[in-house]
This record gives sequence, C-alpha cells and structure tokens, in this order.
Amino acid sequence: MNNKTLYSVSGLFNTPNEIIHASEETVNAGYKKFDVHSPYPLHGMNQAMNLKPSKLGFITLIFGLSGAAFALAFMWWVNVIEYPLVIGGKPLFQLPAFIPVTFEVTVLSAAIFTVVGMLFVMFKFPNNSHPLHDTDYMKKVSADKYGLTIQSIDLQFDENKVTSFLKSLGASEVFSIHYDGEELRTDNKIFNPKFILFLIVTAAVVSGATYFTLNKLLFMSPFNWMVEQDRVNPQSKNEFFADGFGMREPVEGAISRGFTPYKFKGQPENAARYLINSLPMTEINLKIGKEKFEIFCSPCHGNFGKGDSRLKGQFPNPPTLHSEKVRTWSDGAIFHVITDGQNVMPSHAQQISIEERWAVVNYIRVLQSAVNAKESDLK
Amino acid sequence: MRSIDYSIEPSVVEGKPTLAAIDDVVTRPLDTKPTTSWYVAISISGTMLLVGIISLAVTFIFGVGAWGVNQPVGWGFDIVNFVFWVGIGHAGTLISAILFLLRQRWRTGIARFAEAMTIFAVMCAGLFPLIHTGRPWLDGYLMPYPNQHSLWVNFTSPLLWDVFAVSTYFTVSLIFWYVGLIPDFATLRDRATSKIKKIIYSIFSLGWRHSNRHWQHYEMAYLILAGFATPLVLSVHTIVSFDFAVSVIPGWHTTIFPPYFVAGAVFSGFAMVQNMLILIRKIFNLKHIITLDHLEKMNKVMLTTGLMVGYAYAMEFFIAWYSGNATEQFVFLNRALGPYAWAYWIMVSCNVLIPQFFWFKKLRRSIVVMFIIGVLVNVGMWFERFVIVVTSLSRDYLPSSWGHYIPSIFDIGIFIGSFGLFFTLLLLFIKTVPVVSLSEVKAVIDGAQPTHGGRH
Repeated sequence: MNNKTLYSVSGLFNTPNEIIHASEETVNAGYKKFDVHSPYPLHGMNQAMNLKPSKLGFITLIFGLSGAAFALAFMWWVNVIEYPLVIGGKPLFQLPAFIPVTFEVTVLSAAIFTVVGMLFVMFKFPNNSHPLHDTDYMKKVSADKYGLTIQSIDLQFDENKVTSFLKSLGASEVFSIHYDGEELRTDNKIFNPKFILFLIVTAAVVSGATYFTLNKLLFMSPFNWMVEQDRVNPQSKNEFFADGFGMREPVEGAISRGFTPYKFKGQPENAARYLINSLPMTEINLKIGKEKFEIFCSPCHGNFGKGDSRLKGQFPNPPTLHSEKVRTWSDGAIFHVITDGQNVMPSHAQQISIEERWAVVNYIRVLQSAVNAKESDLK
Repeated sequence: MRSIDYSIEPSVVEGKPTLAAIDDVVTRPLDTKPTTSWYVAISISGTMLLVGIISLAVTFIFGVGAWGVNQPVGWGFDIVNFVFWVGIGHAGTLISAILFLLRQRWRTGIARFAEAMTIFAVMCAGLFPLIHTGRPWLDGYLMPYPNQHSLWVNFTSPLLWDVFAVSTYFTVSLIFWYVGLIPDFATLRDRATSKIKKIIYSIFSLGWRHSNRHWQHYEMAYLILAGFATPLVLSVHTIVSFDFAVSVIPGWHTTIFPPYFVAGAVFSGFAMVQNMLILIRKIFNLKHIITLDHLEKMNKVMLTTGLMVGYAYAMEFFIAWYSGNATEQFVFLNRALGPYAWAYWIMVSCNVLIPQFFWFKKLRRSIVVMFIIGVLVNVGMWFERFVIVVTSLSRDYLPSSWGHYIPSIFDIGIFIGSFGLFFTLLLLFIKTVPVVSLSEVKAVIDGAQPTHGGRH
C-alpha cells in the first residue's frame, strides 16, 4: 500500500457481546498474535481470548516471603549479633515483638514488587512509542469502543484477508496501523546523549543536595543539636568571669566527694609511727591488693616488686621493694608512700581508695616474705 | 407485602449514561478553568495552611516548649491529631480494598476519592509524630540504617512499629491509588487536546494501551493489592493503638484497644468521606454517579461502627469495674466526672447518641441531616482521642504528679494547618485527576458487560 511498515489491522466493535464473539472467532481462525482493547476489563474475555490464568501471584508470593524472611533475619542480626541489647529482661530474639515489623515489611515488599513486576517487567512499561498510540483506533478504545487487533507478525497474516475477516465479524471500522519512524528505531535509548546528560544532571543535583542537607543545612539555625545547650561547656571560654575561663577553681578547703583528706601529708615519720594497718590478711583482701598492685604499682615496680620496670627507661626505675630498708618499714610508712608519693613517684590517693591501699600494703608484705622467706614461714 | 427479587442487582449508576458521557462529566473539572468557588475554597484552605506553617516555624525556632505539653501530659495535640488523621485515612482503604474483596459494586463511584483522602490524611497524620520528636531534622534516626555508631532502632517498641506501619500504609495506598489511575491517565491522554497535557498524561499513563492481555494481569494485581491492603489497614490502627495499649498507663493498658481503634477509625473516616462527597457531587454534577444510595450505604456503615464504638465505651467502664483495679476505676470515673468531663460528654453524645438518627431512613437519606451528623461524628472522634490521651496522662497513679493540660495557640495553629494541608491537597486533586474512576465506573453501568448467553 505504501512504504511504511505495517503493524496490524485493527477493527472497532460497538458492543461487548460483539467483541467477545469476535475474539472467539479469531481464536478459532487460528490467529495467535492478536489483542483486544477495551476501556475497562470485560468479564469472560480471558476465556474468549483463550488466555492462561495470570501468574502474577507467584511474584507476590516470592517477594512477600522474601520480605518476611529478610525482616526477621535483619532484626535477628541487629538484636542478637550486631548489637546485643537486653530490653525489658526479655530474650534477645523476641519473636512476638518482631511480628508487626515483619508483617509490614512483607506487605510492603509484596505490594511494590507485584506492581513493579507487572508494569515494568511483564508489560515492559513505560512504553510511549507503541504503534497503537496516537491512532484513532486507540482514541476510541480508550473511550467507549471495543477493538480487536491482529498483528502483521502473525504467521497467517494477510492484510486483505484480515480486513475482510474483521468486517465479516461485524467491525464498524477497520484500520491499518503502521509504525512511524520513531517507533522503528532499534538503537538503545539508554545511550541517547540527552538521556545521559539528564542522568548526570540528576546525579549531581541529588548528591549536591544531599551533601548540603546532611553536612551544612542541619548545622544551621534553627536546626540545633542536643549538645548545643544554654550552659558553659568544660574547657571553654566565658566572658562572665573576669579571668575569661569557663571553668572555676574549687573554693579554698573544698573536698571532693568521697575523698578523705590525708592528715600526714609531708610527714612520713608521723605516718610511720601513728598509722596502723587494721586490715586483716585474708584471701579476699590479698586478692584486691594483688589486683590493685598489678594495675597501679607493677608498671614501675615490676610484677613482684623487684624494681624491674616494664617502661623501658621512659620513667626512672624505682629501687626494689625487697630491700632491707623497705622490709623493716612499718605498714604506715608504705601506706604513706602510696598516699603521698616519694621522690618521682606521685600520689596515688586519687586512684586507690584507703582500704585498697592497705590491701596493697598487705600484698607487698606477702611478696616480701615470699622472696626472703624465713624458717618460721615454713611452719 | 411487596416481594423483592434479590437476584437482580440494582444499578449503581443512575440514569443509564453512555460510556462517553461518563468521560465527559468526570473530566470536565480537568478541562475547564477553575470556578470562583474553587478559588474561594483554595484561598481559605491556603490561609489555614499558612497558619499551620507559621505555627510550625515557631515550633522549630523555640522547640516544643511552644506547645502546651509538659509533665505529666507529654502527649498532647500532636498525638491526638496523629491518631485522628490516621483514622480518617482508614475509610479510603476500607472502601477501595475491603469493599472490593466483598464485591460491593457500589464502591466504584467513590473509591478513587476515598483513596485520595486516605493518602492526604496519612500525610497530615505523618506530620505529627515527626514534629513530636522535638528535633524533626533528626527524624532520619527513626529508620534502621547502617551508621558509624553501630546504633539501631528498638524493634520491640510500639513507636517503632508505628514508623513501619504508617510508612508502609502510605506507600501501599499510594501504589494502589496509582495503579487504579493508570488506565484513567491513558484515557485522559487520548482525550487531551493541548500538547503539554498530553505529555504529562503520557508520562503518568506509562503507555497503557487498554489491552486485554494487560487487563488480565491488571485485575489480578488489583485483587492482590486489595488483599494486602485489607490486613494492612487493620494492622495500622492496631499498631497505633499499641502505642497506648502496650504501655502501663491506666486507661490505656487494655486489650480492647485494637478493635476499638479500628472501628473508630472507620467511623470517623466514613464521616469525612461522606462530607466531602456531598460537596463534590454537588459541585461537579456527579449526582448520578455518586448517588444518594452511596451516601445512604455509608451512613449505614457509620451507624454500625458508631454502635461498635459505643459498645467499646461501655465495655471500658465494665472492665474497669469488673477488674477490681482501683486505679482503672478511678481513671474512668475521672473521665466521666473529672476536669475533662466536658470532652468526654462531647465524645459520647457525638459518637454514640447522634448517629442513632441514622436508624430512620428519611434522615439517612437527607443530605442536610447526614452532613451535620458527619461533621459531629468527626468532632466526637477527635474528642475521643483527646479524652484517651489527655485524661489518662493528666491523672495517673501518683496524685502528687497530676497536672492539667491546656493546649497553646501554636498547638491549635498546627491543627488548623493540618486541615489546611488536607483541603489544599484535595482541591488540587480534584482539578488534576479524575475524582471518579473512569474505567471502574464504565465497567459497572448497565450494558457494559457481555450477556453470557448461549455458548458460555
């Protein structure tokens, strides 16, 4: 007829009964590549067109179950593996409490993938360059007519035969529908420069906006964060005080909470004379003493008090605790050294409580008698 | 006695319009310039929206201290409005999904509009928990996402279930709505006379061709979505009620809450849909598509759900007495006789007493009466949420920590703003999208389906 490529021959019918009859006859005549177009779904058309039942439900089933499995596995991973946190004394994996989220994710996943699968995979939408678009035929089946289309790729297709076949079925109008130039293009539209430019611009705008929002906008007024409060932060400047410091010195004579003042500060002789070790040499006390000794004393004095520092010369090595001098000291004298420090050794009063200091003294005594054991110790 | 033949289904569309006539009447608002009344309506709703925006700006700058909430009532208007709006949305899904599964053909005329209302109502609802967090710009933490703090959300908290329920509900409603719109967009595309309209409708129709090979899967997809939307809508308000029921506050810690909340949601939602449809059918001459029968059926649903809500009110009192729990008993006496008794009695009269007028067919079919009752039902349902949230919190176990909640002007401003948002979106919707589903209504008019004689 002309040099254009034929897509199909299509006929229009006026009533639902006619179109049902026409599609049954088309199936009987052996046409395979045909389709019926109607402004709304017609009851009984699936049988008339000899269509198999829709398999869409399988997509729903697969993605619904995957959604449920993913949600449960994810919550299990979060609460049991990644960050185990006991909430309300319940087990880490609390199935009843996980059901609402599992249900919602199942529905979400099933609904999204059903629709996406149908529209974008099964129907291959979006497709706005189909030969049927923009034809009088499509405009009529879109409104109030019923159309039957037999495609030119059908093995039995013959333009004149199909036209007379449709007319014999009672078609009110018969159209020959051709491809236009745009619809015949086979090159991949994804590589269209305009489309690539569109993608680049979109990527730049989205990433720029995201960067600006997350890194700049969120730190502007009136957006504020919990750390920003009407108060003076430690180590910060503050003009309220004459010296410009935000932090204040404690008032003269102030004592920190839980801290007992030491009355023999700088008086080792008095400490040695008057301080009495009232802590018994029990196993528990020695354990505490050992623990504290190994944490606070052993880095310099060595694990057994032999003055074998682990600091490798970064700090001067202290003399051994097994010397004659230390062995003959009273408990009070050792206590005084821990509390007040001696030579380069600083005070450990902040780190070790009074009771624990006495426990350390007891432990040192045990170490000393272990290294220089006397006959009487064997009994 | 007159005998009725129940085997013949009455027509759901009046006056036997042709298929083309349906296209013409439904698409007219899209093809004509807006009328003066539309401009008046959108300027009113826009003003309300602006009031809300200003109140929100004040809240952003001064924090939630601008509201009336304080100890012990930390959940005030924000949560009341959240529950109220989520409830409004439920009617849409009920009409579009549950009535679809029940093969109620009369739903076709009103489903599109009801679904649109669902989407807009859920948008209004979603706003409130987001601003309720105090620093809404950090709401991203509500979603479980991998972060360098290795910090995750608490999957055992009803508040987190809410995040999932409401966002899923919104997404699925939107998908459901859009799937229903695709064939209509294709029809609009083929009717379009201007080039810009044609491009826009082509994009949204995705190239739909009304092919019966597509319709077959499309109907299956619609059925599946309806099947999922039905348990979803029930789960959403159930989970909203868990926000209360899972806590230990007297008056909240009850197992009746999920069904009671769902019934209340359908009740208020139908009232809102009925109100809006009365206006739409009048303005756009859709009285033959959205018929008086539709409205009457909706009134019957309201009467039924109203009775369910009334039963729940009575049962709460009964259980309080029957449990022998002194705190529970006090809470309910306090609701009826305490400082918020006025709110309680507004709730009871609007939700239980006034809908009883719908027992009379004459009142059920009177536009004026049903409109007034619909408005009152929504007033009553708003106060129901107010009573639940505020009375329980203001007087709980410790009398020493009792308090009284008075909303601030900004609370009221945001509430007005949410109505502004809702109505503005609805007004834009009715000018851009067909308010009645073309393909669905065409399928149910007389003579639209083949007569199955002979070979079938």
